[in-house]
Amino acid sequence: MAMKFGVIIFPGSNCDHDAYWAFKEVFQQPATFLWHDSSDLQGCDAVIVPGGFAYGDYLRTGAIARFSPIMEAVRKFASTGGLVMGICNGFQILCESGLLPGVLMRNKNLKYICKPVHIRVESTDSPFTHSLRRGEVLEVPIGHMEGNYYCDEATLQQLQKQDRILFRYSTPEGTITPEANPNGAIDNIAGICSEGRNVLGMMPHPERASETALGMTDGVRILQALVTSGTLK
Amino acid sequence: MKAYVYVSLKKSVLDPQGKTIQGALTKMGYQGVEDVRQGKFFEVTLDGKLGRDAAQAEVERIAREVLTNPVIEDFRYSLED
Amino acid sequence: MTSPENAAITAEVIRDHGLTQDEYQRILKWLGRTPTLTELGIFSVMWSEHCSYKSSRVHLKRLPTRSKLVVQGPGENAGIIDIGDGWTCAFKIESHNHPSFIEPFQGATTGVGGILRDIFTMGARPVAVMDSLRFGPVTKEPGDSGRWQTDQATIHKNHSIVDGVVGGVASYGNCFGVPNLGGETKFEPCYNGNPLVNAFALGLVKREKIFYAKAAGAGNPVIYVGSKTGRDGIHGATMASEEFSEGSEAKRPNVQVGDPFMEKLLLEACVEAMETGAVIGIQDMGAAGLTCSTCEMGGRGAVGLEIELDKVPQRETGMTPYEIMLSESQERMLLVAEKGREEEVFAVFRKWGLDAVEIGQVIPENKMRVREHGNVVAEIPNEALTDDAPLYHRPVEPWVSPVAKEVPDGIKFGTKKDLTGEFHALLASPNICSKRWVYEQYDSMVQTNTMQGPGGEAGVIRIKGSQRGLAMALDGNGRWCYLEPKLGAMHAVAEAARNVACTGARPVAATNCLNFGNPEKPPIMGQFSAVIDGLTEACIALETPITGGNVSFYNETLGEGIYPTPVLGIVGLLDDTSKAVGSHFKAPGKAIVLLNENRKKHIDEAQVEFGSSEYALHILGAMWGAPPKLSLGAEKVLHQALRQLAAEELVESAKDCSDGGIAAALAEKGFAHNIGVDVDFASSGLPLECVLFGENPTRVLVSCDAGHVSRIQQVATNFGLAARQIGTTIPGNFQVRVDGNPALRAEVSALKESWATALDRALHSDVKAAAV
Repeated sequence: MAMKFGVIIFPGSNCDHDAYWAFKEVFQQPATFLWHDSSDLQGCDAVIVPGGFAYGDYLRTGAIARFSPIMEAVRKFASTGGLVMGICNGFQILCESGLLPGVLMRNKNLKYICKPVHIRVESTDSPFTHSLRRGEVLEVPIGHMEGNYYCDEATLQQLQKQDRILFRYSTPEGTITPEANPNGAIDNIAGICSEGRNVLGMMPHPERASETALGMTDGVRILQALVTSGTLK
Repeated sequence: MKAYVYVSLKKSVLDPQGKTIQGALTKMGYQGVEDVRQGKFFEVTLDGKLGRDAAQAEVERIAREVLTNPVIEDFRYSLED
Repeated sequence: MTSPENAAITAEVIRDHGLTQDEYQRILKWLGRTPTLTELGIFSVMWSEHCSYKSSRVHLKRLPTRSKLVVQGPGENAGIIDIGDGWTCAFKIESHNHPSFIEPFQGATTGVGGILRDIFTMGARPVAVMDSLRFGPVTKEPGDSGRWQTDQATIHKNHSIVDGVVGGVASYGNCFGVPNLGGETKFEPCYNGNPLVNAFALGLVKREKIFYAKAAGAGNPVIYVGSKTGRDGIHGATMASEEFSEGSEAKRPNVQVGDPFMEKLLLEACVEAMETGAVIGIQDMGAAGLTCSTCEMGGRGAVGLEIELDKVPQRETGMTPYEIMLSESQERMLLVAEKGREEEVFAVFRKWGLDAVEIGQVIPENKMRVREHGNVVAEIPNEALTDDAPLYHRPVEPWVSPVAKEVPDGIKFGTKKDLTGEFHALLASPNICSKRWVYEQYDSMVQTNTMQGPGGEAGVIRIKGSQRGLAMALDGNGRWCYLEPKLGAMHAVAEAARNVACTGARPVAATNCLNFGNPEKPPIMGQFSAVIDGLTEACIALETPITGGNVSFYNETLGEGIYPTPVLGIVGLLDDTSKAVGSHFKAPGKAIVLLNENRKKHIDEAQVEFGSSEYALHILGAMWGAPPKLSLGAEKVLHQALRQLAAEELVESAKDCSDGGIAAALAEKGFAHNIGVDVDFASSGLPLECVLFGENPTRVLVSCDAGHVSRIQQVATNFGLAARQIGTTIPGNFQVRVDGNPALRAEVSALKESWATALDRALHSDVKAAAV
């Protein structure tokens, strides 16, 4: 059964059209844009918080976006089990909004980094990874200045204990090493989910690795999982 | 009335920008530097409609709820007439 | 510059505005009275070299600007070509050299911002940017002719310029959300104190939705949108028209600050406002700010714009008319809307949280009229500022070769049999090594159209919803233009077009950024004129008309000019993106074929030309001779052959041989997938160095299935080209023989280490320690 996807547009979002294209054209799903100033989720089954520079990343990444009416609606939606996926700036916004713990800090080399990285699937217990194999390695690009995930020790232990780390940066062979960590993220974390497992935040961009024309296709595996997550219920 | 709000990273959080500046200072030959922490500074001009106590409470709320991320940052502020 | 409005126009004031006495007499004649200070300021910016092209216009006229595909040539915000299926693309390259020296980060950001606005004011959504960057050395090198000395302090300064410029380009484009497909970054001592930052942008627009920067309809409202006006950038245009002196760095307040977030909102709002049908014309406020957009929009439509400065949104208090008119605050647009439909336009800008204010209206007279508190503070005929700006036939001194033709004493060729050590050093030299440190800071993938990003021969994007795609490349070799301006310029066109052709695309149009020294010096004008001749000849031969660009003169510091550096941007059409060809080897066991001109070089000619190579400069520490000869006829058919090979799907990769010669090209082709080569060259009597590292143009290395070699040779023969299999790809090892004797032997991973890490190492070398 098809799912309806809603892609939020904040002032400064710039991967909104990319996410829309991926769900609408690559996966042939119903999709719509959601304007930041509205609190109407238009009956979407899943909300995508896209990449970009919402409000120019001024103050802090995601710090202003979290106050928009649409995020209030997203909070309610998530609290009733609605699916929310934050990619890159979307991950930052979800952290600022309190939908996910922790924060994304400046990359340890202080520079913006755009390149393909490898991530290892750490848990298949989520709507975003159910069709993947635990331990499999995906090649997906990153593109960010603030992707250095940080949280306090207690939160980290909780994430680990509750199996909420879905992706970690790894070597192509699947080993977790400091060299494979592009941005200094604690515990090589590339993506985590909420306690209810219905909210995902990840720094890599699966939509940038979703067609052969783009030279990378592993992102399809993640998006496909989400598109087929309706079958889980 | 003006409020000056200083936001800095918590002591427990690594500050790569501060570290880089510290390294550069040492490399350039400046003496006596032990540590550098980088932060943000906000100058908020108040419209004067609030009394001093109310203004102080409002500034504190702005600093806590908007200007800082409590996961990594602390703040302090001062008011000046 | 905050002199009162009624200040006396003294000889000193005139000189401070960069105007000559002759030019001032012209102003008096146009006005029939003494100008106000505001008017003088307006004339000074509009008649600056930067805005008026007064030294270059007579030469630029020689450039070819038309073809069946050209929809809009030079004269608008950007050139436009037809790319099929109802789509057109707008593209242009522009310099931001002077601001980038004074404040590298902000200079670069505003350079990118300016070119992006030029694209989207035409109605086109920007889909790609590229950059051509030139810096002084970032590491101690053998040095060239000795004319240039680079000390450690300068190297250190260059590090911070590189860091700032790259960070600025990245910060703006990344936030705006346009992929950076690469470009080129080169280092030469002549760019010490005068870096070049040339930014290229390309956007897509449906043919019927193109917008022009033209006003029409008396009574129609003039609307200001975007950032508020501040005192930043006042006299930026005249700054770009002066040489640097010791005091230039004190000009810091002149440099504008870029706000990419504002620009992104402007893009979305402008595109949406254009959709309403209520917008008649639109132009950004770039160099010379409100002045330029006001007189140019009126002039193009043979009408006038009258504006009231009280209504202009201002960031600072107490701004004078002079300051408001000359401010170069960024991210501002001026548009003319249809009377009665203003509200539709305002609604769109409100939605995006932007200020849009009516500041005046279109008037029937062909002049600009500026009021403050209702009083006229400037009234100037548009023609005086645009078409009738001064035009100079500057003296042109014929070019003479700056260096000796002969190989310098003490340089002996062919004495060594194995050059592997030299090859490592060559791959690590600044102009050949990987520029990953630069381009990884750029978002090269946003918009999900990037088929080939930085690090390849050309940038390639697909067009969503179409089979078609676009390839684009930037090229320019300042050293070659210094050695022989006309030939060097021809090479810039040929190489950019060749890089585009390697992807299987058809090069169809060009944009140029011409970076030169002081045009008041006859030898510099000689270089300029010769470069225009070279561009003209090459663009005609390769059928790539110039649709726009810009000229940057006065690239001199303390009396020393840069190398003449024309940078060419070439755009090519791909009919079927599924057949696009990449530049890297993909697998071992493939045949490697060299496509080139069917002509042998004499040893004397090869040695003269070798003096212009990267090997001569960086390994031998010398520069002599001339750039390699170029046959435009052979170049043209090579591009046609490449297109046919791609269309028939005969090749898996194609890459031209340029900097570092055929050896560097072979190695670079293998780095992405750790693939080596086993090849054997015939020396044909030439020294080993010339065979491996000579930089002959019109040569492309392709890899293919062994079964395709004969068909490739057949295609090449049909075009009168040579195609010889020189070897095969193998896993992990690089083995090159010349006449059967081993000349280069290394593991690919070791060569890659030299090549990939050099720039990083140079930029992070501890300069202070090195100096001790």
